[in-house]
Amino acid sequence: MSLGAVVVILVVALSAAAAPVIMPYDPDEPDAEHALERPSLRHWMGTDLYGRDQLTRIVHAGRVDLLVALAATAIALSLGSVLGAISGYRGGWTDQLLMRAIDTIQAFPSFILAMGIAAALGNRLSNIVIAIAITHVPIYGRLVRGEMLRVREMEYAEAARTVGNRRRRIIFHHLLPNCLPPVVVQATLAMGFAILTVAALSYIGLGIRPPTSEWGAMTAEGAGYIVSGEWWVFLFPGTAIMATVLSFNLVGDALRDVLDPRMKGV
Amino acid sequence: MTPLLAVEDLTIHFDTEDGVVHAVDGAALAIGPGEVVGLVGESGSGKSVTALAILRLLRPPARVTSGRIRFDGRDLLALSEEEMRAVRGARISMVFQSPRTSLNPVLPVGRQIERLLVRHRGARPAEARAQAVAMLREAGLAEPERRARQYAHQLSGGMCQRVMVAMALATNPRLLIADEPTTGLDVSIAAQILDLLRDLGRRTGAAILLITHDLGVVARLCDRVVVMHAGQTVEWAPVRGLFHAPAHPYTRALIRSIPRVDRAVAMEPIAGVVPSLLAPPPGCRFASRCDLVRTQCAAGAPVRTVEAEHRVACVAVAGV
Repeated sequence: MSLGAVVVILVVALSAAAAPVIMPYDPDEPDAEHALERPSLRHWMGTDLYGRDQLTRIVHAGRVDLLVALAATAIALSLGSVLGAISGYRGGWTDQLLMRAIDTIQAFPSFILAMGIAAALGNRLSNIVIAIAITHVPIYGRLVRGEMLRVREMEYAEAARTVGNRRRRIIFHHLLPNCLPPVVVQATLAMGFAILTVAALSYIGLGIRPPTSEWGAMTAEGAGYIVSGEWWVFLFPGTAIMATVLSFNLVGDALRDVLDPRMKGV
Repeated sequence: MTPLLAVEDLTIHFDTEDGVVHAVDGAALAIGPGEVVGLVGESGSGKSVTALAILRLLRPPARVTSGRIRFDGRDLLALSEEEMRAVRGARISMVFQSPRTSLNPVLPVGRQIERLLVRHRGARPAEARAQAVAMLREAGLAEPERRARQYAHQLSGGMCQRVMVAMALATNPRLLIADEPTTGLDVSIAAQILDLLRDLGRRTGAAILLITHDLGVVARLCDRVVVMHAGQTVEWAPVRGLFHAPAHPYTRALIRSIPRVDRAVAMEPIAGVVPSLLAPPPGCRFASRCDLVRTQCAAGAPVRTVEAEHRVACVAVAGV
């Protein structure tokens, strides 16, 4: 199961990376003569309203979706880990301050907050990354803080203090690496959620702007054609979102079973 | 002889929601250069807290409310945090009671020693690596090159403690504090670790403060002993004096409580319980458990000299 999920992720990622080389069509070039064609040998997943090859667009869209999700996850992970580590190690008012700031972010439903940020900053690619990163910081911040509260009481933390290390060095060199296993699991799960958020933002028009191909936007475009029978326009990009998100979740669960056997089967 | 370390009138309080816990009350001890001194007492008598206070590593709610800790002619309590960091690990180092969990699980053990050498000795990475391996060899680890690259979970408990000892002595400290270094090790390994501590201590000239509740360990390793009870230091004696002529009623009870296999003497547990440190009785804290208790006990116990280098804090014991 999780092996299949890894394969799906690899296929999506590799094909996205090699998209311009392996795909025969231009993802953005309209071809009016072939608009809304059913899946055929020439167009395996059919064409959209402008006659663009769906498969080509889906593969190209993988570049955008994965990249945005990956960048957002990387930023949220770094920022969240640093804040969580400081918060957990220092405790006291530093902890209070940072945790209340994180509570404030979490007080908003995360998708609404991402929408708000994307709308306020303008829907450029980098702003969408920022919007998703901000909504994900609390996930890592809380997790690392909790882990830090545990490891700072470990004897190797005491030992690191006894040999005269600076606090910064103790936190980031000695203790943070010991907090990371659950963070890796969380990042994998959150990666799927980030992809979903990019797609959802684009679906409602706040994300990636056309003509750039993006799964959510493509699904939104296709949604209008369900009633008229052109099912392939929304089905394939929708399936791409589902398969990718599901795969990240499966891999995350599998990783958790490996890294934290106590949670197995939960 | 000027002592290397002299702790005087050390008082440590814990501020808790229930009130102030008087964890250590006027403790005193001294260690000469190269000397091995045992600090004994039951759990909760303030041994480990005293050790952490020497390194200034007590964290809230614990705080030192009074006292002086002189080390190498300087008052550690008056040093800046920056100066204190240069003392920790370089001049005073520490070995903990659970070797496996005292090593960082995500770093190879050799690397942990290297970092210490780089930090305190300004060693270059290559020489640090060579020195770390050399230290591990001195600590009696077979195949030190291979061991240096391994992680704590790949080593046995005894090997981990050897690594800890190697690390503690790598920077050539003047004082090594060993807090229950053999707890959790089986007796034969424990004996090896104690021998290792003594040998390496002698070779490097480091004094050792050995914290333990095991009088057998004290007898094996120490030159002198300090006995603590409920946060008070009650007796200071050379090892022979302590075992042959214990002066304080608590020490006597402690020695009577050791099970003997060589003599037909019944083992006697110590009567009573350690008084609450939240509201300790005034004066001697052993008074409520003591057979020799008298009214003056509540006024405090003067330190009397029983013999050369053998002193006791008790009103019921006749001084010289």
